[in-house]
Amino acid sequence: MPLPEKLDLEVVTPEGLLLHEDVDELIAPGKEGYFGVRPGHTPLFATLGVGALSYRKGDEWQDLTCFWGWCEVLPDRVSVLAALGERAEEIDIARAETALKRAEDRMKQIKDEDDYEETREAWARAVTRLGVARKQREHP
Amino acid sequence: MPALIDIRRRIRTVKNTQQVTKAMKMVSAAKLRRAQQAIFAARPFARKMLEVLNRMASRADPHSHPLLEDRGEGKVLAVVITADKGLCGAFNANIIRTVTRFLAERPERDVAFSFVGRKGRDFFRRRQVKVRSEHVGVYQALRFDHAREIAADLVQAFTSGEVDRVFLVHNEFKSVIQQPLVVDRLLPIERHMIRPEESGSELEYLYEPDPAAIFGEILPKHVEVQVWRALLESVAAEHAARMTAMDAATNNATELIDKLTLHMNKVRQAAITKEIIEVVSGAGSPG
Repeated sequence: MPLPEKLDLEVVTPEGLLLHEDVDELIAPGKEGYFGVRPGHTPLFATLGVGALSYRKGDEWQDLTCFWGWCEVLPDRVSVLAALGERAEEIDIARAETALKRAEDRMKQIKDEDDYEETREAWARAVTRLGVARKQREHP
Repeated sequence: MPALIDIRRRIRTVKNTQQVTKAMKMVSAAKLRRAQQAIFAARPFARKMLEVLNRMASRADPHSHPLLEDRGEGKVLAVVITADKGLCGAFNANIIRTVTRFLAERPERDVAFSFVGRKGRDFFRRRQVKVRSEHVGVYQALRFDHAREIAADLVQAFTSGEVDRVFLVHNEFKSVIQQPLVVDRLLPIERHMIRPEESGSELEYLYEPDPAAIFGEILPKHVEVQVWRALLESVAAEHAARMTAMDAATNNATELIDKLTLHMNKVRQAAITKEIIEVVSGAGSPG
């Protein structure tokens, strides 16, 4: 069987379909580390953490934010279900910056483990948002 | 007999009101369309989630998770979803009535409440009930984050043993004229919701992390999606109810205007007749 040449990428969030495109390559923020997917990948099922989901069409890379979700990989198809996801242009930079500052302030006075987890997640979200948004704006 | 001018004034008032109700109906219709779209958008996510849950259940021990633990109906938490605003027919009243009945059926039980929407909270604040949390004003810009927040609070209450059952009380959106009321058990998650699928012809996947861990991670998300769905259903039902109510109000106003116009014409006719009689009888009498 010849290898497929494209990946049919679909990203769904509870607020609707975010993306449905044919892509050449994908890098996803797995819970246990980023992983890359190219057409012909072996079937994989992974949960996703907080991070940027990048995909390539031709020579062009695009980013999405992804905050928890999972990803089902088949040789010619990838479906991503993300609890929260945004395109780069939807991100409110000013809001992300205040969130980052708030999280950093909270870091300094952590009470317990839960508090730490929560703060760390808020911090990771803000960093991801800023990273994705800035990258998009610098290299449109 | 009322003066002609009073009737005219009355007609004008009713006409103004009618314009308002008509406008509200239009607004609700537009909002309803958007709410319906939101429900449709949320469906694939929920469906996929259940699919995956079932697949994982056949590979993990599905009875080990704390969210599935049935401790019997001890302490109860009812999540009451109403609207923030009124003028939507019996929408809020129905919920309140159902909740009151729900309470009456459990006179011995320890029932706490979580309110979403101003109307329900305001009503039960005057009664002596235990309130765990309230979420008011979430409808203006409803996001999945709200559902996450509410769900996190519920899951926490359940896993800490503070409550043994969590119910969702809300209006469901069936159609524009039908919004049945539902009382759903949210926690513990009903076992029959999860049917481990028979593995056989299926592709062998690599799992990262292992299926049991994925299963455990998806269950709390399942609760979030349930809450999200209930919120969306309630919003759509609210707009549908308001649209119907405002349509009825507009029709009533038309009817009232017709009646008043008829009445006004009769009064005017009577006044004219009376004047003619006066003139005629004045002319007929000997000067």
